[in-house]
Amino acid sequence: MSTLILDDVSKIYGKDTRRSVDGVSMSIKDGEIIALLGSSGCGKTSTLRMIAGFEDVTSGTIRIGDKVVNDLKPSERDVAMAFEGYALYPPLRVRENIAFSLLKNRTPRAEIDKRVGAVSDMLEIGPLLDKYPPSLSGGQQQRVSLARAMVRNASAFLLDEPMSQLEPQLRALLRARIKDHMTAHRMTTVIVTHDQTEAIALSDRVAVMDKGLLQQFGTPDDLRERPANLFVASFIGEPPMNIFPGARTENGVVVLNERGEAAFGIAGATGGLSAHDGLHVGIRPHRIHVGGGVPGAETVQGEVLSSHWLGDHSHIGLSVGGCFLIAVGDRDATPPAGSVVPVSIPRDAVHLFDSASGAAIQHGL
Amino acid sequence: MQSPAFRVVRALLLLLIGIFFLFPIVWVLLMSFMTNVDILRSPPSPFFVPTLRNYVALISGHLSTSSGEVQIDYMHNLLNSVILSTCSVIVSLILGVPAAYAFARFKFRGGEDMAFTLLSFRFAPPLLVLLPLLGYFQAIGLYDTYFGLIWVYQLITLPLVLWITRGYFEDVSEDLELAYRLDGHSWLSTFFRISIPLARPGIAAAGLLSFIFAWNNFIFALILGSSSVQPVTVGALAFITASGIEYGQIAAALVLSVIPTLILAIFTQRYLVEGLSLGAIKG
Ligand SMILES: Nc1ncnc2c1ncn2[C@@H]1O[C@H](COP(=O)(O)OP(=O)(O)OP(=O)(O)O)[C@@H](O)[C@H]1O
Ligand SMILES: [Mg+2]
Repeated sequence: MSTLILDDVSKIYGKDTRRSVDGVSMSIKDGEIIALLGSSGCGKTSTLRMIAGFEDVTSGTIRIGDKVVNDLKPSERDVAMAFEGYALYPPLRVRENIAFSLLKNRTPRAEIDKRVGAVSDMLEIGPLLDKYPPSLSGGQQQRVSLARAMVRNASAFLLDEPMSQLEPQLRALLRARIKDHMTAHRMTTVIVTHDQTEAIALSDRVAVMDKGLLQQFGTPDDLRERPANLFVASFIGEPPMNIFPGARTENGVVVLNERGEAAFGIAGATGGLSAHDGLHVGIRPHRIHVGGGVPGAETVQGEVLSSHWLGDHSHIGLSVGGCFLIAVGDRDATPPAGSVVPVSIPRDAVHLFDSASGAAIQHGL
Repeated sequence: MQSPAFRVVRALLLLLIGIFFLFPIVWVLLMSFMTNVDILRSPPSPFFVPTLRNYVALISGHLSTSSGEVQIDYMHNLLNSVILSTCSVIVSLILGVPAAYAFARFKFRGGEDMAFTLLSFRFAPPLLVLLPLLGYFQAIGLYDTYFGLIWVYQLITLPLVLWITRGYFEDVSEDLELAYRLDGHSWLSTFFRISIPLARPGIAAAGLLSFIFAWNNFIFALILGSSSVQPVTVGALAFITASGIEYGQIAAALVLSVIPTLILAIFTQRYLVEGLSLGAIKG
C-alpha cells in the first residue's frame, strides 16, 4: 500500500564494533513482495526491527511512502509485523488476538468479524478461533500470528519467518493463498525466510544477505542466472553451484582441480577478461547434461562416481579430470556408477567470478 | 491404577503432616478461648469451658490480671499494623513495579548495581541502620510518625517487590509489547495494558509476601516509634505483665493479628493461581 525505501541502513548494537546490518539499500515498490534470504544471524530480523521502529537505525534512512520514519515511534509507522516468536497475548482468545488491532481503529463489529473470518479461513485456523494461544501447537500459533498481521490495513507488512513451523503440504497450500491475497490487496511486504523455494514462490524480488551486507537484490531469475557474487551463486540453488578455481586461456577458460592442474577447458569468448588471473568458474548443476549431445555446449568426458535418486530427479556426482562435479539428471539419464560418459556444459551456464572479491565478472561465455 | 493400600498410606501420611503443621495453630486457637488457669493446668486437658473474656478484654482494652487492672491498647496496635503494612506495600508497589520493569527491560549504566544495592538492604542487620537513623529521625521530626516508619519499612518491602516482579517482567516476551505498540498504542498504555496484566501473578505474590514481612516486623517500630504508632508485634509485649504472662490473651491477640494477613492471602490467591495457568506460554 506504500513504497518502502531503505537507504544505506546500518545497525550496530550497543558497544559492538561489528555492523549487524551494513549499509543495506533497497527500494521496494508499492504492492511489491520481497523476500529476505540469508543464513542465520545475517541481520534479517534486525533489518525488520529497524523498519518497524523497535531498534534505532545507526545510520541511513528508512522511508515509508514519502515519509522518513527514522524518528517515528512504532505506533506511528503504520506497519504490521508477524514475529519470529509469534508474540500472541495469552489471556486473549485467538479471535481477539487477531482482531486486536482492528478494535483500536473503531472498526465496526460486523466488519471485524468478516475480516477475521476471511483471514482465518485463508490460513486454516477457523476452528481455533475460540481457543487460547497457550493451548495451540507451534504451527497453529504461527498462523495466528500471521493472521494478526495480515488482517490489518497497513502501509507495509513485515513477516519474520511466517511459515517455518508448518509441514510442506500446508506450507505449499498457504503459500499460494497468501500470495493471491497479498497481490489482490497490493500489500507491500517483506518476508524473511530460510527457504529458497518459499522466497522464490512468494516474492517478486529476493534480497540475499550475508554478514549484514546485502549481497544481491533481484528477481529469482537474476539470482539464478546472474548471481552478483560467489556468495549468492553458492547460496541459491539446490544442489549448490559447482565452483572451481580457474584460469583464462587464449580461447576461453580452464577449470583447475585440487592439485592446481588443468581439469578441462571451456572454449568461449572472454572478451572482458584481461588482468584476471585469480578466477573462479561456476556451473549450475541443473544445466549440466549427462550423456552429452547438446549442440553449442562444451562436451567433456566424466566418470560417474555416484548417483542419488531423489524421487523426481537425481544428483549425479562426476569426476572430470580430477574435479568433482554435481549434475542433476532425470531417471532415464542416470548412468551407473563407474561408467565414463560424455558431459555437456552449455557455454551460457558458465559464470566467472573474481577470486579476490568474489564479484561476478561474466555470465556465459 | 493406585492400589487401595497405597491410598490409605498416603492419606495417613498426609494426615500426619497436617497434624504436625496445624497443631500449633489449633492449639493457639483453643488457648484463645481458655482462661490462664485452664492453660496452665497440668496435665493439659482439651476439656474446658470456652470463654470469650480474652477477646472482650482485648477489644475493650481492659486487661484484668491477678495483680489488678491493666490498660492495653491492642486494637490500636492492630490498626497501626494495618496502616503501616498496607501503606508500605502500596508505596513499594508504586515505586517498585515500574522500577522492576525498567531493570528488566532496559540495560542502563549502573542498573545492575542499583538493583543489587536495593537487595543488599536485606543483608545488613537492621539494628546497624536503626540506631543512627534514630538520631536523624528525632532531629527532623520523623520519630514516632507513620510517615517515618513507612519510609523505613521500604527497606523490607521494596527489595522484595523489586526482585520478585523483575523476574516476572523478564519472562514476558518483549515482542508481546512490541506487537501491541505496532498496533498504534503508546509506550505507557502498553505498560499498563500488556506488561502489568501479564506480570500480575508476580505482583500479587510480591505484594502478599512483602505485606507479611512488613506485618511481622518488630524492631523498626520498637526503636523508631512510641506506642502511638507501634504495631501488634511490639504491642504484644504488653502481655508480659508483672504478674506473669497472659497466655490466653496472647493467643487471642495472635488470632486477631493473623486475620488481616489471612484475608489478604485469600484475596490474592486468585491472581497467584492465574499465574500458574498462564505459565505455559510457548514460543
Ligand atoms: N538485541 C541485540 N543485541 C545485540 N546483538 C544483537 C541483537 N539482536 C541481534 N543481534 C546480533 O545481530 C546479528 C543479526 O541478528 P538477526 O537477529 O538480525 O539475525 P537473523 O538474520 O534474523 O537470524 P535468524 O535467521 O537466526 O533469525 C546477530 O549476530 C546477532 O547476534
Ligand atoms: Mg531472525
